[in-house]
Amino acid sequence: MVVRRAGDAMLLVEFEPVIDPLVNQRAIELGGRLRDRRLVGVRDVVPGYCSLGVHFDPLRTNLAALEEAITEDGQAVSTVDELPPPRQHEIEVEYGGAAGPDLDGVAAFAGCSADEVIARHAAATYRVYMLGFVPGFAYLGRVDRRIAAPRHRVPRERVAAGSVGIAGEQTGVYPLATPGGWQLIGRTSAVMFDPNRTPASLLSPGDAVRFVPR
Amino acid sequence: MSVRGRLTVVKPGLLTTVQDLGRWSHQDEGVPVAGPMDAFSHRLANHLVGNAPEAATLEVTLIGPEITIDAETMLAVAGADFDLTCGGGAVGVGAAFAARPGQTLRFGRRRLGARAYLAVAGGGVLTEAVLGSRATHLVSHMGGLDGRALAAGDELPIAPRATSAPNRARGLTLPTSGRARLRVLPGPQDDWFTEEAWRALTTVSFRISPRSNRMGYRLEGPPLMRIRTSEAISEPMAMGAIQVPAAGEPILLMADHQTTGGYPRIGHVVSADLCLAGQLAPGDFVEFERCTHAEAVAALIARERELMAQMTPPRGWAVP
Repeated sequence: MVVRRAGDAMLLVEFEPVIDPLVNQRAIELGGRLRDRRLVGVRDVVPGYCSLGVHFDPLRTNLAALEEAITEDGQAVSTVDELPPPRQHEIEVEYGGAAGPDLDGVAAFAGCSADEVIARHAAATYRVYMLGFVPGFAYLGRVDRRIAAPRHRVPRERVAAGSVGIAGEQTGVYPLATPGGWQLIGRTSAVMFDPNRTPASLLSPGDAVRFVPR
Repeated sequence: MSVRGRLTVVKPGLLTTVQDLGRWSHQDEGVPVAGPMDAFSHRLANHLVGNAPEAATLEVTLIGPEITIDAETMLAVAGADFDLTCGGGAVGVGAAFAARPGQTLRFGRRRLGARAYLAVAGGGVLTEAVLGSRATHLVSHMGGLDGRALAAGDELPIAPRATSAPNRARGLTLPTSGRARLRVLPGPQDDWFTEEAWRALTTVSFRISPRSNRMGYRLEGPPLMRIRTSEAISEPMAMGAIQVPAAGEPILLMADHQTTGGYPRIGHVVSADLCLAGQLAPGDFVEFERCTHAEAVAALIARERELMAQMTPPRGWAVP
């Protein structure tokens, strides 16, 4: 674990640069511990795949104490060697057709039928590694290599809310209509983000997700 | 704060949004912070009318709006220097002024800077808060008025206050014209870049591309070449980060930036200078100067002093 300064208002804690559930779990647990400390000046604690961002107000934060807290909690999470039972989600998806305009393209990439793409996408249990891009957008992994089609070279200007996409070995759901480059294979009516709900995001880092064909 | 009046947008200007100090503490849910591009001027405008720094203001961009006020209240504009009239009479940027019911505030010619902040005495613009903030984030349609830029006919609730003594900003550093020199801290991936890339970053003037917005400024100049060409794994990002995609065209992340990103960062603009960056527009130039962490913190303290120097009570106020 390395703690780097990313400017004067954020510390970036970097774990091994790999996409791995255990490394990700350590980043998430470090985030939880730091949040529980309620340190003055810390305004956001954000897990990445294998990193943790700690945003702070430089004028209100005792930086040395924050760095010490990170080192101390970092040591505690370095011994985490198993994954806690995750919060489970099942997300119903309407695959193909207008809901999934790229399903046939992904099938062509995989050299299999559209039904097999659906079967493979729905067979796996995915881990939520992190959220980003827009509110409630969860990066899920890993997608079966066979159907791991790369994102479009030119993104669509508008992807419908609820669209389920693949980008290499990642999959995810667009919570709201935005531009997007992922291969769209289906759509869900699940509400991925609702600011009037606590937590607002349906998915949190560390959760487990299965897609269920409708 | 009870709503007792409203602002009505007659003309919206180029891009006018409701902003406060930002939607913090939800980035782990993918919620961008948003907030003012120039937080210093936002805070100053609030101060001039006696508001708390977190009160929501209107951020005005390049071409200002026309806004009618239906109540008696104090107003102030800070940041970019515009010609301003209220009820037909000239008023100035950087000083509070009184508006009477039915009067219209008109932003005219812009002289300096890109963004101005309109503060309304009594608690600011009272659109509904979302996740604890009124800041507008355009891409996710969150906050402000329906998560969008203001349009003609929009009405914004306010809780006007007419009694505050007019404050005047004194000796303020106004944004300079079309050019800014920003201090930058290296990292966290500065070792991904060639030495020439660092030399270019700190010696060349970069032009702000027309493809720039509240999320970030694309910087036109020599490409900043990397030693490592592999992509990084997405990680948390902060305003002021200078990200460099593989083609070498840097992007300076601004207020609406995404919470995470996958491009390596050659450096970070220091917090003290983000307000200067926020006063730049497409076509303007920016230069970067390397500094140390201690210098960054000292610069931020100096910037705060500059703001506090404006906060001396006006003459005639009883000081205990």
